[in-house]
Parts: sequence; C-alpha cells; structure tokens
Amino acid sequence: MTYPGHPPVAFARRHLLGIQGLNRLEITSLLDAAESYVELSRQVDKKRSTLRGRTQINLFFEASTRTQASFELAGKRLGADVMNMSVGNSSVKKGETLIDTAATLNAMHPDVIVVRHHAAGAVELLSRKVDCAVVNAGDGAHEHPTQALLDALTIRRNKGGIEGLVVAICGDILHSRVARSNIILLSALGAHVRLIGPSTLIPPGFEGLGLPIFTDMKKGLEGADIIMMLRLQRERMSGSFIPSAKEYFRYFGLDQDKLAVAKPDALVMHPGPMNRGVEIATDVADGAQSLIKEQVEMGVAVRMAVLEALAGQRLNA
Amino acid sequence: MTLALLNARLIDPASGSESHGGVIIRDGLIDAVGSSVRQGQVPEGAEVHDCAGLVLAPGLIDLCAFAGEPGAEHRETLRTASEAAAAGGVTTLVCRPDTSPVVDDPAIIDFIKRRARDKAVVNVLPSAALSKGLHGAEMTEFGLLMEAGAVFFTDGPRSVMNAQVMRRALIYARDFGALIVHHLEDPTLRGEGVMNEGEFASRLGLHGIPHVAETIVLERDLALVAATGGRYHASMISCSGSIELMRRAKAAGLNVTCGVSINNLALNENDVGAYRTFCKLSPPLRHENERLALVDALADGTIDIIVSDHDPQDVETKRQPFGEAANGAVGLETMLSAALRLHHSGDIALPRLLAAMSSAPADLIGSKAGRLSVGAPADLIVIDPDAPYVLDKAKLKSRSKNSPFDEARMEGKAVKVIVGGRVVVG
Repeated sequence: MTYPGHPPVAFARRHLLGIQGLNRLEITSLLDAAESYVELSRQVDKKRSTLRGRTQINLFFEASTRTQASFELAGKRLGADVMNMSVGNSSVKKGETLIDTAATLNAMHPDVIVVRHHAAGAVELLSRKVDCAVVNAGDGAHEHPTQALLDALTIRRNKGGIEGLVVAICGDILHSRVARSNIILLSALGAHVRLIGPSTLIPPGFEGLGLPIFTDMKKGLEGADIIMMLRLQRERMSGSFIPSAKEYFRYFGLDQDKLAVAKPDALVMHPGPMNRGVEIATDVADGAQSLIKEQVEMGVAVRMAVLEALAGQRLNA
Repeated sequence: MTLALLNARLIDPASGSESHGGVIIRDGLIDAVGSSVRQGQVPEGAEVHDCAGLVLAPGLIDLCAFAGEPGAEHRETLRTASEAAAAGGVTTLVCRPDTSPVVDDPAIIDFIKRRARDKAVVNVLPSAALSKGLHGAEMTEFGLLMEAGAVFFTDGPRSVMNAQVMRRALIYARDFGALIVHHLEDPTLRGEGVMNEGEFASRLGLHGIPHVAETIVLERDLALVAATGGRYHASMISCSGSIELMRRAKAAGLNVTCGVSINNLALNENDVGAYRTFCKLSPPLRHENERLALVDALADGTIDIIVSDHDPQDVETKRQPFGEAANGAVGLETMLSAALRLHHSGDIALPRLLAAMSSAPADLIGSKAGRLSVGAPADLIVIDPDAPYVLDKAKLKSRSKNSPFDEARMEGKAVKVIVGGRVVVG
C-alpha cells in the first residue's frame, strides 16, 4: 500500500528543547509533516524505513507511561532502533551525575536522545554534552514541546486552524510545563490564550505576559473555543496551594455546568493522566466535546515528525 | 409586629450623626428613623417604648467570642453565650473556631448555624479556622466554608508561624474576597511568659511576654499583605509598637484593619495584683502607658474595632497558680459598660466608641446591621449611659464567671435590647 508523503520539513535545528524560539514556519512545517503520519498510523502496515539504522534512546528520569510509549512507537514506526532507559534501572540511582550519564550514552553513538527530567533546564544541560539530537520530553515546569505540538495539531484538525481561537488554559499553571509550551505555541499561531486558576497556582509575574488571567472559572470560560485542562498533582491538593480536591473541583473542576458557559461548540482537552473528579468531571472527559483520546493519537504522529526532522537530517560522514 | 421607640437620643455611629427622635420597627427591619418619628406619627397598633433620657443605637457586634459549641459545653453554650451577649447589648456575635472539633469543615458551620437558630437569642455568625485543625500548616476550604456561612478565617488564639502558609492563605483568600483575622503572638518569643514583660512581672517572679512577641508577627503579616494584596485584620493589638505598625500600613494604603480587646482598653498589668488569674489574658494586660496609647489609637481610628475577647473558663482551669491557669476572661456582658468608662473619662466620644462596636465590625464582615438606617435589621439597643452598678459575677448569664471586672463599679449599660425586631431584654 502506498500513502502520500509530505513536503520536506523546514526544521534545521539540532535539538528540540522547547517551543520558545521556534518560528511560525518551523511549527507549521512540523504540524504538516505530522498530518501525513496520522494517516500512516491508521494503516495496517505502519512501518517506514526513514530512520533505519538510527538509534534512539528514551532517557526518562521521571516516570511516564504515555509519553514514553508514544516516543517509542514513533521511533519504531520510522524504523529506528529504540532503547528505553528509565531511572529505576540506570546508574543514575547509583549516584552518577547527569553529565556523566550523558557522556556515557554519547559514547554509544545514538542519533537521538529523548529526555524527560524533573528539573527545569536539565535537558538543555544534557544537550550541550552530547553529539546527537536531543528531544525534550518534559523538563520540570519548563517546557514539553511535543505536547504543545500535538495539542496544536489536534486543535487544527478539529477547528480548521488556530488563528483567532479563544483558548482557555485552566488549573495548575504554576507547575505545568504543558501550559508554558502551549502558551508560547498557541500565541505564536494567533490564538487568544487565557489563563484560569486559583491565584496560588498562577505563576508570579505572568500578568506581564499580557494574557487575560481569571480566578473565576466561569468568567474565564465565556466565549472559549478550546478548554485545555491541566493535571493537578496529588501533592498540591492538600492545603499548601489549595485546600482540598473537593474545593478545587467545586471552583476549578470542569463540569457540565461550567462547560455550558463556553461556546456551544467548545472542545475539551487534557494532556493526561486525568484526575477524574478533581480537575475534570467524568461525563465531560468522556463526552462529545472531549478531544482527549484524539490527543493521544496525535502524539504519536507529532513525535514521528519531530524524530524524522532531527534524526533524519543526520547523514553518514 | 410593629414597635415604636420614641423620645431617644439617636446615635448612628455609621454616619456619626446624633439627633433627638425615634425609630419605627416593622417586620424585623428599621422602617423609619429620625426626628420626624415622634408621638402622633406612630402607626396604629404599634407597641410604644418611651426612651426619654436614653441613647438609642445599633446593637453591638462582637467579632471575637468563644461560644463553647461544639465540645466545650461545660464552659459555654450557644444559648448561654447569646444570653450573656443580650445582657451586654451585643446583638451579633461571631463565634471562634477553636472548638472541638475545630470549625474547619462546612458541616460544622452548618451545625453551629442550626444550633444557634434553635437556641440563641442574638445573631450568631460562625468564623472558620484558617488552617486545618489549627495546625498552621494547611489552609482550609475558604470557598466552601464561606458558602456555608463562615464570615472570616482565623486560627483563634493561635498564630500561624509558617510565613509561606500565611502568604499562600492571603493569596488564595483574595480570590474569594475572604478576610483573614490573625492573633499576634510568636510562641517562641512568649516562651514561658504568662503576663506582660516588665518590672511588675519581675517583682511577681513571673516570666514576661515581650511586646516584640506581638509586633514581630504583625510586621511580618503586614509585609505579606503588601506583597499579596490580601485582606487582613489583626485580631487584637496591645502595645504602641503595633499601633505604629498599623498607622504606617494604613498610610501606605494596605487593606488592613485591627481590633483591640476591651480588657486592654479598660485594664492594665497592675490589675493582675496578687496573681489574679482572671486577669491572665492573651494578649496580656500591658503597662498603663500602653493602655493610654491604645485609647488614643482607638480615638483617632488607627484601631478599628473593639472586641469582647469573651473566653469563658471553668473554675478548675482558673483556680491554679497564675502561671498554670488558663488564659481568658468573659466579656460579652461587660464590654459596653467597660467601654463607657472611656466616654465618662472624656477620652472618646460616644459615637466613635459605639462605631467601634457596631458599624465598624459590621463593615468588616459585610453585615447590613450596625447602623440606624431604613431597611437595616432592627438590631438595636437602648443605653442608659449613666446607670451605676457594681458587677456581681454571680449574676452573669455566661456559664462561666471568670470576669476581671468582678465587684468593679460600672457606669452605664444596655437597658433594652432588640434583635431582629424582637425585644430580648427590657
């Protein structure tokens, strides 16, 4: 079976460390490429040989199910050899520093390393110590660029575009790398981004971004085209940032009542994993306006496009 | 039921105005007020009360009273606290959350409101804990508790020592327009202290509580308010250092207010005398110079409100060596009489004094009471400002009798008390 290819990706960078600094052309070019991989992934034969002979290491210092699986599938569908390393069975547990780990892996000549780390800036640090491409799969509360790309792809496919849409990002923005990457990406593509959350979970100084900030969720959802919910970490729920999951759900959980304030054709997103009954009601998460499952599908396609753009450009010497 | 109170000296502390006239009460609300309300203008069938020679003012509103329930019914109940309040001209009391269990759950707010509705003769409004279990570590559900009826958030007699907890509480409270009320005492600086630090304590051989135990908490809180923009009320200040801090914070435009305990206005450390445990209080009674400074600060508006700091204690916790006795004094029944001392001494004009116990606290909790205006709740008191009496603690309505004013000569009291249009005293 044949399937249509895509135009060359206009992405000449060595790493993908964040959305910050990417231009509009680079972003749309990655999204266009991902679009073709959506189709490929829906075929029975999903395998291509674009990255045959290339080695991809998934280096996850922080537990992850969906992102790691998504990167692994993306690499394998493009024909790369994929190795997963998680912190549980690595020498990091034995006290090796991040930089030593990087040097060790580098000596094995990988072509791309996909890194998740709990500390903001760690992926950038690692990228300076290796010769291959590095993809940031989430660093602390800093950036999660492939999540923002897959969110943009999901929105674009459902709304026909991003320009002019009102996107409400809701919840624990303070601790969210997803929010930061999305704010940059969606704003760059012309969306009107709003932030909604309790003041304790709005990052200090974000008033300076010039985005509307709401502490009253219903006011913030008025006229929204896209509602992007964020995960609330369990350890934030019990009194230090907000008093309880119960109170959080009452004022900042997306239920049918609050959803009704947004546009009738508003769509609901969540990067997962969800806390049902904390930031989102089950009937909304599973409802007709939810794009949550589609986001997962787009994740694989977007990561294929990213891996191809980074690893595919590395030629034999 | 229509009531007419005629021939009174009307004092409306909200506007500061005084006039001669009367009030018509209908359906629990003030229907008419002013000099035009007089004999001949009274609606037919109205019950008429002549108030010649007496002051008619809004009922007092006390933001700091321990009412026993739930869990300390041997010290006070909502019924006995409300009867004590009525006897003292207090028509609305806000009860403290440091009960057992602590008022940190909406269900307990609901319990208090139901009990008060069935048992209390005055209005009872619950305050809620600022931190869960009063542990000073995790904030309570401000939103849900306010929806249930909490009027503000406080850890009662405890200070939140973790600055980050206080900072986040102020930030979070802002989203709900919630008021944070804070007790000012650093427990590490109080240490073993049991009364005001100074010569008197040293002569008694008692450990002192320094002013800085209070001012250091207040100064920190004011810095946090400046950084967060929260709404903050210092529950009870007791010394000139705190007055100065409040003055500066208000001049800087911060959204802050403060109160003072009637005990710190009417008494000083010498009243401890020979180890009188009824004068063991928090904040402690200070030197006479501090009392005078507090009176001045109340007169000039630096101090916003007066509270009774009503804290009933049973005999067993007070009949102890001074250092081992519990803190606290009953105050609901004596707050007005004790405050009138400042009027009789010429220190503070009557309207200002009454404002600090009615319209000012009403404004803090967003109550429509506390003013003589048409449509306001008919929570009113008739005061005989000159009536002399000697306080007999045996006659106190409170379940506990720990009054520092026992056997004191008092001048002036509420002779008639009306709550929601119903005469409960007189």
